[in-house]
Amino acid sequence: MKAIHRLALAVSLALPLSALAGEVEVLHWWTSGGEKRAADTLRRLVEEKGHTWKDFAVAGGGGEAAMTVLKTRAVSGNPPSAAQIKGPDIQEWGELGLLANLDNVAEQGKWEELLPKQVAKVMQYDDSYVAVPVNVHRVNWLWINPEVFEKAGAKPPKTLDEFWAAADKLKAAGFIPVAHGGQPWQDGTVFEDFVLSILGPEDYHKAFVELDEEVLTSDKMVQAFAALKKLREYIDPDAAGRDWNRATGMVIDGKAGMQIMGDWAKSEWTAANKVAGKDYLCVPFPGTQGSFAYNIDSLAMFKLNDEENRKAQEDLARTVLEPEFQQVFNQNKGSIPVRLDQDMSEFDSCAQQSMADFKEAAKGEGLQPSLAHGMAASSYVQGAVFDVVTNFFNDPEADPKQAAKQLAAAIQAVQ
Amino acid sequence: MSSVAVPTPKAVHRSSMDWLQAWLPKLVLAPSVVIVLVGFYAYILWTLLLSFTNSRFMPSYKWVGLDQYLRLMENDRWWVASQNLLVFGGLFIAISLLIGVVLAVLLDQRIRQEGAIRTIYLYPMALSMIVTGTAWQWLLNPGLGLDKLLRDWGWEGFRFDWLVDPDRVVYCLVIAAVWQASGFVMALFLAGLRGVDQSIIRAAQVDGASLPTIYLRIVLPSLRPVFFSALMILAHIAIKSFDLVAAMTAGGPGYASDLPAMFMYTHTFTRGQMGLGAASAMLMLAAILAILVPYLYSELRTKRHE
Repeated sequence: MKAIHRLALAVSLALPLSALAGEVEVLHWWTSGGEKRAADTLRRLVEEKGHTWKDFAVAGGGGEAAMTVLKTRAVSGNPPSAAQIKGPDIQEWGELGLLANLDNVAEQGKWEELLPKQVAKVMQYDDSYVAVPVNVHRVNWLWINPEVFEKAGAKPPKTLDEFWAAADKLKAAGFIPVAHGGQPWQDGTVFEDFVLSILGPEDYHKAFVELDEEVLTSDKMVQAFAALKKLREYIDPDAAGRDWNRATGMVIDGKAGMQIMGDWAKSEWTAANKVAGKDYLCVPFPGTQGSFAYNIDSLAMFKLNDEENRKAQEDLARTVLEPEFQQVFNQNKGSIPVRLDQDMSEFDSCAQQSMADFKEAAKGEGLQPSLAHGMAASSYVQGAVFDVVTNFFNDPEADPKQAAKQLAAAIQAVQ
Repeated sequence: MSSVAVPTPKAVHRSSMDWLQAWLPKLVLAPSVVIVLVGFYAYILWTLLLSFTNSRFMPSYKWVGLDQYLRLMENDRWWVASQNLLVFGGLFIAISLLIGVVLAVLLDQRIRQEGAIRTIYLYPMALSMIVTGTAWQWLLNPGLGLDKLLRDWGWEGFRFDWLVDPDRVVYCLVIAAVWQASGFVMALFLAGLRGVDQSIIRAAQVDGASLPTIYLRIVLPSLRPVFFSALMILAHIAIKSFDLVAAMTAGGPGYASDLPAMFMYTHTFTRGQMGLGAASAMLMLAAILAILVPYLYSELRTKRHE
C-alpha cells in the first residue's frame, strides 16, 4: 500500500511539471556532419525555452525515406509537430487539411517585413502561414578551382561563350573541364542552370512554373538542350551514378576545373579546410548573374491537439527565424539566412555575395524557384522533367528539338 | 439407451478433447491465415482499387477508370523498364540455369572436398542483393574496378565500361545476379541428382551409354520438377528485383537500367503518382500470374494423373 501511495504521490507531482513544458517532435533529415550540428542548434534553442525536443531524424535518399514515414504517421492521425517539407509540397499537405495555422506567430514576429514576399508566399496555404522557412540555397553556382584554371590559362567565365572557352582550355591542358555526377537530379540541376541562362528568368518562370507549352518548345529551349548535349564533351566518361560530393572532391583535388552545383557544395570545400575566394571561387552560373534560383528548406507545422505541445510548436516557429539560429544553422549548411535584415559579417564571401544577389533578385523577376529541387512544380512534374532530361543527356544521338517536344509532352502527360 | 443420453464426466472430457483435437490446427493456423488474407490479398485488392483512381501523394478515391493504365502505356520509361526486365529476366534465368546445371553435374562426380566447394558456390546466396549490387558496382566501375586494374597492369587499351553505357548497363545487372543465384540453382540440381536412382544409371552404363548421354537423356529429363522449381524461383527473383538495381545503378545512366519494381517505387513513393505506381504494380502481378498459373495448372494436372 505504501508503495502505491508513494507512486501516486510521485505521479501527481510529476504530472504538473511535465505539463508545464510542451514537446516538439521534428521530422528532418539533417543527418550529415554539418547538417547535424545545424539541427542540434535548433534543439538547444528550443530546450532553452523549456520544451522537450523529440528528435525524429530519418536519414537517407534526400528525404524520400522520411516522407514515407511522415505519410504513415499523418494518415494514422499522429503527425509530428513539424516536418521538413518544402515548396509546392506544402500546398499538397495543406490541401489535406493537416497543417497548423501560424498567423499569430507571424504577426507577432512581423514575418511580412522579415521575409521576401516570394518566400512568404511559399510558406502560406490559403493565405495563412503554415510553414516557417529555415534557409535559402542558391542553385545557380559555378565552383572553380583557381589553381587548375591558372595552369590551363583559363579565366572564370561570365557568359556561356566564356564558359565553353574556359572548358576548351581546361580540356586542352589535360584536365576534366567539368566535374559531374550522372544522377537524374544532377542532370536536372545543370539543365535548369542552362535554361535560366539562355531563356532568362521570365521565360524560365513561364516554362517551369506556369508550364507554358509555347516556351517549353521554343527555340531557346532547344538551345538549352543543345548546350546540355555540348556539356557531354566536357565531362569524364565515368560520371554515371557519381554522387555530387565525389564530383566536388574532383574539383578540390585538382582533377577537374569546375562544377555546376548549388551552394551545399560549399560544405565539402569547408570540410577540406579550403577558404572561399582563395582556394576556391564561387561565381554565379555564366549568364545568370542577376538571377537567383532558390531552394528553400522549411518546416511545415502540423495541427496538434495538446495545448502545451501547440505552444511548444509556436516557440519552435519563432526560434527558427531568430538571428542566432539563422546564423549558426546557415554557416553549417552552406546556405544563407532567410531574414533580409541578417548581419552577414560573420559569413564567408560566397554567402555574402549570395545574400546581396538574393536581395537584388528579390526586387525583380530574378528570384526564381528551382525546378530540380522541387520548388517550382510538384514532384510529378519534376519527375517527368528529370526523365526527359536525363534520358537526353545519356543518349549521344539524342536530338535537342525532339527533346524539347518530349519535355512538353511529358509535362502535359502528368498533369 | 439412457447411458448414451446422459454422458458420463469421462465422455464429456473425451468429447472436448476430440473437439480440441479437431480445432487445434485450425486455431493455431488462424492468425497466420488472417495475416495473409489482410496483409497480402486485401492489399492486393486495395492496390487494384488505387490503380483506378487519381491518387497522388495520398490515396484518394476519385475514380478515373483505366486512365492510369493508358498513361502507363504511353510512358516511355515504363517501356524501357519492361524491356529491361525481359532482357534481364531472360538472360538471368537462362545463364543461371545453365551454370547451375553444369556445376551440379560436375560436382556430382563424387569429387574430393565436395562439401567445401559446394559451400563456396552457394555462399553468394547468403548475401543480400544490396551487398552484391554494391560490390559489383565497384568491380565494374570503369574508374576504380576491373577496368582500372587491367589498365594499371599495362593493358592500356582495355575498356570495359558497360556500367556507364546506357545500351549495355542491363548486362551488368545480369552478371551480378547470375553470380549471386547460380550457386543456389546448383544446390537445387545437386539435391535432385542425388535423388536419381543409381540403378538406372548403372543399367544404362551396362547398355553401353556414355556419361554425357546418360546425363542428357536420362538424368536431366528426370529432373523436370527441379527444373520447374528453379525456374519459378529465378523468375520471381527477376520480376521483383529492386535492391540489386537500387544498389548497383539506381536505374541509371539516365533511366537505362530501370526495372518495373524500381519504376513502381519511384512513382508511388517519391513522385506522388500513387495511381500510376499502383497500375504498374498490378501489371507486375499480372506478369507473375502469367507464369504461375500455367505452372500450377500443369503441376496439379500431373498430380491428378498420378
